[in-house]
Amino acid sequence: MSFQSTPWQTVGPYYRLGLEPLYRTDIAPAIAQGERVEVQGQVFDGNGVPVSDAVLEIWQADAQGIYAHGEDPRRDDHDPAFDGWGRVPTDDQGRFAFTTVKPGRVPGLRGEPQAPHLVVLVFMRGLLQATRARIYFSDEASNAEDGILALVPAERRHTLVAQAQGKGLYHWDVRMQGPDETVFFAY
Amino acid sequence: MSDPTPLRGYRKPYPGSQPPRIHLPYASTALRGPGTDPIAIPVTLSEVTGPSINRITLGEHAADLTAGFPGQPQGERIIVSGRVLDENGRPVRNTVVEVWQCNAAGRYLHKGDQHDAPLDPNFKGTGQVLTDSEGRYRFTTIKPGAYPWRNHYNAWRPAHIHFSLHGEGIGQRLVTQMYFPNDPLLAFDPIYNCVDDAKARERMVSSFDWENTANEFALGYRFDIVLRGRKMTVWE
Repeated sequence: MSFQSTPWQTVGPYYRLGLEPLYRTDIAPAIAQGERVEVQGQVFDGNGVPVSDAVLEIWQADAQGIYAHGEDPRRDDHDPAFDGWGRVPTDDQGRFAFTTVKPGRVPGLRGEPQAPHLVVLVFMRGLLQATRARIYFSDEASNAEDGILALVPAERRHTLVAQAQGKGLYHWDVRMQGPDETVFFAY
Repeated sequence: MSDPTPLRGYRKPYPGSQPPRIHLPYASTALRGPGTDPIAIPVTLSEVTGPSINRITLGEHAADLTAGFPGQPQGERIIVSGRVLDENGRPVRNTVVEVWQCNAAGRYLHKGDQHDAPLDPNFKGTGQVLTDSEGRYRFTTIKPGAYPWRNHYNAWRPAHIHFSLHGEGIGQRLVTQMYFPNDPLLAFDPIYNCVDDAKARERMVSSFDWENTANEFALGYRFDIVLRGRKMTVWE
């Protein structure tokens, strides 16, 4: 027996009513293991205008690269203090910021380790389905051997890489359209 | 190390059954939808895992949007229930369903809503419920009103309730809207009609539910939700 999935619809302008109860911008509690990082950025529409009504959802592995999920074969060694999920709104300037720990390397397509990355979903009024991106970190040499980044045309890869600003701070913007349009994935 | 067995990916959506990147009749999509098609990638653990948001503390009145205020909200009380399944027919258990809606007069309790319709001091319009061990959910609310918006001249949104679901993996994430049967505004609504396939659109329309209509209390509406399913084999 099989069914077909229910269609997506936009979150619309008033999603805050429904989504705000689970807003979480500090993803890692103080006792979580790993290197503390903060990611800041801005969301822009096709005219380069900041999007003041966007929400990002973040999903990531813990500092050892283990997901808090039954399908991760290493789940029993997962950091119990860290579940890896956040929901981050933009402000009236389209800016967002969240803190977490840098994830470890998780197995890739052929079991080889992927570069550390966060999975990001972007929601906003005027967007009919959430878009799906990844955030990599500019100071990780392993980006060069990452199997998913390798599927992205070289000239667009930078849109998925948060730039290190020092002291654990990274900058990553979302651009919905234009020459530096963020790479979005389908899977 | 030998190659591990690849992970099973998600089934591809049937053509026309999901909205496009940009749908110009819904004007805001012109600058906010992605300019280019997404890049298809095979799944890794990052795409098939996802949060387990079932440990949240649900508020006392989270499944009854009519409760928690000094009085009863204005409007027609309804009971909305259904099942959350995946495309393989498996129930999605213990997953949180977030809902939000406007009041019976068509006004959201949100500073951005400037529609000249009354707010209701006894209605906020937000709820959260968990599915049970068979994927069933249920909440009590009032029927939301239609309301005007500025997409085009004389534009009206059909009555709807927003639904947000997480499923078991990030690839199953879904935000949708539940509509009501026989609503004449559906034919004119560019958001509902952003989905090309008529049968797919109809999956967003609830049905009147006699079984769950409560005597002298509330009409029932049934809304079943199907999240994407994984392929049965890697090679499917």
